[in-house]
Amino acid sequence: MSDSSPLWEVFVRARRGLAHTHVGSLHAPDAELALRNARDLYTRRQEGVSIWVVPASGITASSPDEKDAFFDPAADKVYRHPTFYEVPEGVAHL
Amino acid sequence: MNGPFAFTLALGDDALIAAQRLAEWTTRAPEMEEDIALANIALDQLGAARLLLSYAGELEGAGRDEDALAYLRDDREFRNCLLVELPNGDFAVTMAKLLALSAYQLPLYTALAGCADERLAAIGAKARKESAYHLDHAALWVKRLGDGTEESHRRMQAGIDQVWPYVHELFAAPPGAPVDPATLRGDFDTTVAAVLAEATLTLPDSGWAPGGGRDGVHTEHLSYLLAEMQVLARAHPGARW
Amino acid sequence: MYGNDFSGEDAPGGLLGEVEAAEAALRAAAERDRGAAGPGEDLAAYFAQVIDADQKIEPRDWMPEAYRRTLIRQIAQHAHSEIIGMQPEGNWISRAPSLKRKAILLAKVQDEAGHGLYLYAAAETLGISRDELVDLLLNGRQKYSSIFNYPTLTWADVGAIGWLVDGAAIVNQVPLCRCSYGPYARAMIRVCKEESFHQRQGYEILHVLAHGTPAQKAMAQDALDRWWYPSLAMFGPPDGDSTHSAQSMAWKIKRFSNDELRQRFVDMCVGQAEVLGLTIPDPDLRWNDERQAYDFTQPDYAELMQVISGNGPCNRERMAHRRHAHTEGAWVREAAAAYAAKQKNKEKVAA
Ligand SMILES: [Fe+2]
Ligand SMILES: [Fe+2]
Repeated sequence: MSDSSPLWEVFVRARRGLAHTHVGSLHAPDAELALRNARDLYTRRQEGVSIWVVPASGITASSPDEKDAFFDPAADKVYRHPTFYEVPEGVAHL
Repeated sequence: MNGPFAFTLALGDDALIAAQRLAEWTTRAPEMEEDIALANIALDQLGAARLLLSYAGELEGAGRDEDALAYLRDDREFRNCLLVELPNGDFAVTMAKLLALSAYQLPLYTALAGCADERLAAIGAKARKESAYHLDHAALWVKRLGDGTEESHRRMQAGIDQVWPYVHELFAAPPGAPVDPATLRGDFDTTVAAVLAEATLTLPDSGWAPGGGRDGVHTEHLSYLLAEMQVLARAHPGARW
Repeated sequence: MYGNDFSGEDAPGGLLGEVEAAEAALRAAAERDRGAAGPGEDLAAYFAQVIDADQKIEPRDWMPEAYRRTLIRQIAQHAHSEIIGMQPEGNWISRAPSLKRKAILLAKVQDEAGHGLYLYAAAETLGISRDELVDLLLNGRQKYSSIFNYPTLTWADVGAIGWLVDGAAIVNQVPLCRCSYGPYARAMIRVCKEESFHQRQGYEILHVLAHGTPAQKAMAQDALDRWWYPSLAMFGPPDGDSTHSAQSMAWKIKRFSNDELRQRFVDMCVGQAEVLGLTIPDPDLRWNDERQAYDFTQPDYAELMQVISGNGPCNRERMAHRRHAHTEGAWVREAAAAYAAKQKNKEKVAA
């Protein structure tokens, strides 16, 4: 994997106005897959509006016009957020 | 069945059965990253299915909600196309299925987004963004498998060959549909041709065009899929979950 | 099995609050001036200083070889647990009893895959590749949490896993948000924020069942009966028998003992079980005023050792499943690599 599926560092801009921040890394054989995997792995809860994936050399960024199809699908998955669940009264530590 | 109900139900069933099949990949994908990607697509399909089935239930006016429609109908009452109920096969077959499905759903949802029915228009507007993503994903893999190794090329071509006869059914218009799928065929063919050309793959020419899903006449596979999906809900009639 | 550390008091907002407090502490420590220059001649002294100041060791810092090895083992084991842990719950995705539950469960299992990947990535910063780690798992040389070797027999088991197994994992993992190794601490902060959703959805499943039909309630109680002791065993052997604890504590990889964490977990669960109206299967469970904690029956540690050594109900199936997916996916991974190589060549030719 190390040769055929190199490591990419992932940077996400969480919101407009903020800089891209390093969020972790992943493996992918090429930039297109790396970007796609990064979207699925690091922005499942709408954590980003823009992603960069960086191999050992060079930077590849998601283009702004891809934003809609890229990030909107996470917007309606409210069940991922813990506040979506009814916690019956009197339950602590949940 | 009234026209809008039948149409909405058919789209909802397509999405539901596609979700059920895609979710079967969970814990089994060729790479852990792909496990996540397939689950995302399954979640999108499931989300669309819930919206469509809920709305279909309202159109029907018989008090059935999304779960009543999903869990309490038999296979002869399902209106999904045969394509989505076919077994997953290997990863190439699954990508061939996803390519066909998303290349069909994208123009369909896009057209729906502009239709007169506000609810369907809203669902279409939301789902088309997801379909665009699914199509990208399928195209990405079809290219990699088609133009990857000898083995992957062979498997990808076999996947296309196996799945393609089932594509024709997608473009038969149910009566009373707000969008005639036949008008989407041009878009579909252009999209698919471009992907396959880049993937060094060809379309099979076969005169075989199985159909019947829209009339509730399915392959043998659907009944097994439903048996598994519905087993728990049916074992506890009337229970809440 | 994972390690630990938490503040004695419940931070505001419960477990999520603790995670946020850990995140704030991480930032505060990063700002804090240690009053010392960068690493000089004495790398070991510098390492000790950073640990003492509750700051983070980062990938390119010098670190004792044993610190590196301990972390690799622990993080890898944790990553493997997330990946293998997808299987017992994944078992119910196709049969989830409503579309809403299906969506939630699918998203939850998908999250676990994400956790596995965050953790493999953290381990890789220590100079080992994910390939090597996956191999270590597949040929049985590294372990995963014993809990995932128990079967999910009913839908209520999905609820019990969310409530108890994810709950125990959170108790174990919240302290790891303060671990001295930066990439691990950051990964754990991310993971713990997501785990809160997991625990709540599990609790909600059981709550609905416990207030449903008699058959549903029986299903919920049966699940609690089967998952209670294996969940207690997740905290590892009792302190007396626990290897590598002291050193991990000194390095601030681990801050609380297995037994302390187990106690905290029991104390949390008792009230939650009462609200569910379910009975924890322990006749000796009772409040001890002197200790200000519950007395409880210990899990069967002989059974735990059996499961860890490969003889749990599902060890063989879990590993076979993982190996099968890995082997069956090989041609796809090879194809992607071949395609990437071809594209690179084309770029070279074009340039
Ligand atoms: Fe997890
Ligand atoms: Fe979890």
